[in-house]
Parts: sequence; structure tokens; C-alpha cells
Amino acid sequence: MSVPIAWYLVLAAALFCIGTVGALTRRNGIAIFLSIELMLNAANLTLAAYSRLLDDRTGQMVVFFALAVAAAEAAVGLALFIAIYRLRRTIDLNRINLLRW
Amino acid sequence: MNALELLWLIPLLPFAGAAVNGILVRNSQKGLATAVGIGAPGLSLLVALAALWQYSTTRPGETIQQAVYVWTTGGFSVDIAFRLDPLSAVMTFVVTLVGFLIHVYSVGYMGHEPGYRRFFAFMNLFMGAMLLLVLGANYLVMFVGWEGVGLCSYLLIGFYFEEEFPPYAGKKAFVVNRIGDFAFLVGLFALFATFGTLDFAGIEAQVLADPASATAPYVFGFSVAGFVTLCLFIGAVGKSAQIPLYVWLPDAMAGPTPVSALIHAATMVTAGVYMVARSNILYQLAPEISTVVAVVGAATAIFAATIGLAQNDIKKVLAYSTVSQLGYMFLAAGVGAYVAAIFHLATHAFFKALLFLGSGSVIHAMGGEQDMRKMGGLRRHLPWTYRTFLVGTLAISGVPLLAGFFSKDAILAGAWERSPALWAIGLVTAGLTACYMLRAVLMTFFGKFRGTKEQAHHLHESPAVMTVPLGILAVGAVVAGYAGKIPFTHLDWLGGFFAPVIAVIPGHEAQAGHHGLALEALLVSASIAAAGIGLLVAWRIWGRNRGLDGGSAWAARFPRIHHLLENKYFVDEIYDRIVVRPLAAIARACWKVVDILIIDGALHVGAFVTEMTGDLGRFSTTGNVRNYALYFFAGVLILFWWMIF
Repeated sequence: MSVPIAWYLVLAAALFCIGTVGALTRRNGIAIFLSIELMLNAANLTLAAYSRLLDDRTGQMVVFFALAVAAAEAAVGLALFIAIYRLRRTIDLNRINLLRW
Repeated sequence: MNALELLWLIPLLPFAGAAVNGILVRNSQKGLATAVGIGAPGLSLLVALAALWQYSTTRPGETIQQAVYVWTTGGFSVDIAFRLDPLSAVMTFVVTLVGFLIHVYSVGYMGHEPGYRRFFAFMNLFMGAMLLLVLGANYLVMFVGWEGVGLCSYLLIGFYFEEEFPPYAGKKAFVVNRIGDFAFLVGLFALFATFGTLDFAGIEAQVLADPASATAPYVFGFSVAGFVTLCLFIGAVGKSAQIPLYVWLPDAMAGPTPVSALIHAATMVTAGVYMVARSNILYQLAPEISTVVAVVGAATAIFAATIGLAQNDIKKVLAYSTVSQLGYMFLAAGVGAYVAAIFHLATHAFFKALLFLGSGSVIHAMGGEQDMRKMGGLRRHLPWTYRTFLVGTLAISGVPLLAGFFSKDAILAGAWERSPALWAIGLVTAGLTACYMLRAVLMTFFGKFRGTKEQAHHLHESPAVMTVPLGILAVGAVVAGYAGKIPFTHLDWLGGFFAPVIAVIPGHEAQAGHHGLALEALLVSASIAAAGIGLLVAWRIWGRNRGLDGGSAWAARFPRIHHLLENKYFVDEIYDRIVVRPLAAIARACWKVVDILIIDGALHVGAFVTEMTGDLGRFSTTGNVRNYALYFFAGVLILFWWMIF
């Protein structure tokens, strides 16, 4: 008795939507960052689910790579936010809008 | 060492001198510039003299040809080759000797000029190009030299480029020359298309083997020879300043005087005559074009001589005299007297270089003044210049026993054979020549000094570095005439030496023109009389210390003629109206309509569209990261939608 693939996919879709809405609506940089991680993990979940369904380990390998890259990315992202915070005393992205017309 | 194998050194040495002076030497190293500037043509002269000596003693009349390099491109292959035969031998002698003397003279004349080094670099470049032109063994090498001398002419006419007029004159010379060069090039194409070679020897061999190939109909109703010779002659008209393309030469006097002497009297302008003589085999097969050559030459000769009568600038007189004398040479070439043409070319090189350098000495002494109305009485202050200038004047006037007498006589004899009308024009021109040249002497060296006190105070004879070349040229202006046909005798060294160059085409043999003694006496006495009358008229009008009064009186008596002559028949003005202004109008139309309206307009429309799209699009860049994330998300959705459906 195994969990049907559809459940995984529904969960992943739900996670992805939550992440998307979070990324688009939150103003705090860290929160947006976390939302993006959520979307990333939704994708990871989908990969792992299909890997299991198709009995192909490649998908799980990709997930490991994605996790490693996400970790590195998180480090870089946090460093950036710290740098921005030191400079502007805020990480409210509404107030960090240098690249505008 | 065999000097005949060093032919390539003769043009190469001046080129090397130009490169060294132009690139390596600095303006401050005046001594070095002098050494290189004089040394290169000097060495070239020595090599040339050695080669010519060896040539005339061991292999006279033969054709020596040396290929240095074979230039091949596609199916087209031309030897970069040098050729020594009697014609190029005489030309090389004249160019190297006269050229070297003028270089030496320039050391004195240009001594105080800031562009001293540049001057010598250009002069050497010119010598190299001219020697390339003369020694080239085919039309292509000749054309390279031909263009080279044109370029140097432009550079040297515009030598005083910070003034207004010289650059204009240089440009004019270049543009007018280009008209002729274009026709020259067309002629070369036709030659190559017909004979498959541009080699002088190759073409001559083919024509001699089958004269009908050259007289076969070609284009526009011309035969091959007719078309080619016409094109080449148009090229010569540009380079040698004949009607209607002579207008650049008088303006070319804007250059320094040694340039006028070297380029616009002794060497470059004679290139056209040389080229016609070089192509004599084709001209012989195109009698109608030869007639054109003779008529244009005669017309130019008398036309320029009449203008020379009314000019007040000493260099302008000499310039029109040069145009007139070149017309004489073309008259000779046109009537088939090629030897006489080259003979006159050689003697003219000596006395015209002498006259120009003499005028340079005068201008030098006068502090740059060229107007003869402000000179006068200079013979006491510039005795050597005066004496040599007088020799040159008498030589060009055709006074017996001087060079011009013999060569002019040879031309007139040739013209008589062909047509007494051409002979008569030549005779009148001879008289006019004597008249305006003596006028120049009288206005410059006789009477009272008419310049300012300051100029009078500064009058001085030129240094030896200038007067010695004058002296040597004066000797040449006397003795050069004895190389050619001497009347009443069978002495004709040049004619004998030249015999191999003048092609004898089967079926087209020239009528051997042997005058009876009586006819010869008649022709000679007629030319002496013409010179005598010309000199006498000049003496009656401007002589006997009359200063300018005699001339003014005559001008007042014929005001319209004088006005016409003084303004050079308004030819420059006519050209300005019918050629220059329409061209300028077309150019302006191209500028205003094609360039500004169409090309710039299209560009501006493109720029405007880009700018507007940018203006509209920039509102999307809010700077807010979450907006960008939204765009990104929307993009992903669109891609997704596109992939699925």
C-alpha cells in the first residue's frame, strides 16, 4: 500500500502556490527568500515523487543537487541581505528600489 | 661590377631617401636631412651615369630588360621590370642630372623654411616615381610612376599648406590630372584586352608581326590603335598640361620654386611626351589620332604663348612658357618627329629648369616678391643670376648656336613635312616665345628698381649652392643642342641613337624626309627671323630703360586684347561656370537631399522609434523586486501555457 502519486503532486502544487503568493506579496526580503525556498522544495518533492513512481533514481539525484545548490544560494542570499541591511538599515524591498526609471 | 644590372637601384635610391627623410630623420636634424636629401639622388645620378656610360659604350641601341618581381593576381601577371633603351636612357639622364642639380639648389633656396626635411622627402619621392615611370618596362610600372609623380605634385604644390591658395592649387592639379589618368587607365585596359600584355616589347612584337591586329576596328568607330592612343593621349593631356586640361599648371606655381623647376618644367610634365614617344608604334598606326596630337599641341603652343605675353608674375610667365613648349613637343610627336620631341624635351629640361631656378634666385633676393612690375634693374645686384637667366632666355628663344635653336628647328622641320599650317603656327609661337621671354628679362633685370627701399637694401646675389647649379644648367642649355640634328650637316647623334626606338612598321614606313639644302636654309632662316623679330619687338617695347611705360602704352592701345590676355582668356572662369559650379551644385544636392534628407532621415526615424519604445517601456522597470518577480511568474505561466497547448 503506497501513497498515490496524486497526493504528492497536490501537496507540491499547494506548497508552490503558497511560495508564489508569499514571494509576490511579502515585503520582507527574508520572507520572500523563504517563500522561494518553499517553491524550490515543491519542485524537489515532485521530482522525488516521480522518481519513485518511475523507479528511476535520477530524479532523487537531481533533488540532492538542488538541495546543495539551494543551501549555497541561501548562504549567498543571506550575505546579500546582511550587506543591504548594513547599508540601508532595512530589508524592506519596497524601499530598496534603486534600479528604476 | 656591371652597372647595367643595377637599374633597379636608380629609382630605389630616391625612394629610400624619401623614406629615411620622411620617417627616421627629425626636423631638428637639418644636416642629416640635407645629406640624405642630396645623397640619395646624387647616388642615383652616379649609378645612372655608370649604367648609361656602360650602355652607350658596350651595347648601344639594345634593349636591356630586367624583371625584379612578377606580380600575379588571378590570371593577370605583370613583371615589375625595368627597361633601358635609348629612350629611357636619355630620359634617365635628364631626370637624374637636372633633378640632382635642383636638389642641390634647394639646399640654398629652402634653407630657412620650416618644412625643410619634409620638402626633401617629397622631392626624393618624386625623383623615385619619375625614374620608375621612365625606366618601367611595361605600361603598368609606368602607370605607377605616373600616379606617383601626380601625388608628389599635389604634395609639393600644397607645400605651404598653412596658406590658403597652395592647397587649393594642389587639389586642382590632382583633380585635373585624375581626369587624364582615368582615360589613361581605360587605354591600358583596352591594350591588355587586345594584346594580353602590357609589356612594351611584347606589344611591339605583336604589332610588328601583325599590324592588322592593331588597325582592326574596335569601339566607337576607332581602330584598336586609334582608341588606345586617344585614351593615352587624353592621359598625356592631363599630365602634360595641354588644352583643355592645362589649367592646373599655372596654379601649380604656388609651390616652392625648385618644385616648379623640377616637376612643372623639367620632368613630370614631360611624362606625357615621353609616353607618346614610347607608344610611337601605336601612334604611327593611328594617323588620325596623331593629327589630333599635333593640332592640340600646336593650339596649346600658340595659346599659352599669347597668355605669357601679358603676365606680370615672373613664375606665371615661365609656367605659360612651359605649357607652350610642351605643346611644341606634342606638335613634334603628332607629326611623327618623335626624335625631335624628345630632343626638345631634353633641351627644354635644361633651359626651363635654369629659368625657373633663376626666377627662384630673383624671388629669393626680393624677399618673396614675384611681381615683375616691382622688380627692375636687378642685373647689377644679381650678376650671375642675370647672366644664366639670359642664357636660358636666348636658348628658349631659339637664338642660333644655343640648345633651343636646334631642337625647335628639328620640330619645325618635322612640322613642315606634315603641314605648312602647323609649321606656321610653330613659327609664330617661336616669335612670341622670344618676345615674352625677353620681356621678362627686361622687366626683371633692366631699367630702374621699382620695389620698396627695404627690398633694395636686402638685394643680394644668391649663395654658391644656388648659383653653381645655375651655371651648370646654363652650360647644358648651350651644349645640349649639339646632341641632335645640326642644320646643314648630317650630324645627328640623337637621331642615330634613337633609331631602334622608333618602330618601323611594314607597310607604314614614314616618308624619309630629306630636305634639299635650299629648303633647309629657308626653314632655318625663317625660324631665326621669327626669334629675331620677337626679340626685337620686346626690346622696342620694354627695352632701353623704359620700365613699364612701353608695355602700358601698348596695353592702352589694345585694351580689350590686353584684358583678355591678362586674364588668360577667362578660361578658368569659363571652366568655373560650366564644370566646377554645376559639379558643386550636384554635390550640394547630394549633400542636402541624399545625405541629409534620405540617409540621415532614415537614421533619425530609426532613432526616434527606438527612443519612443524605450520611453514607453521604461515605466515597467519600477525598481521593485516583487514586480520583477511577478513579470517572471507571468512569463513562466505563458511559457507553460504555450508548452501545454
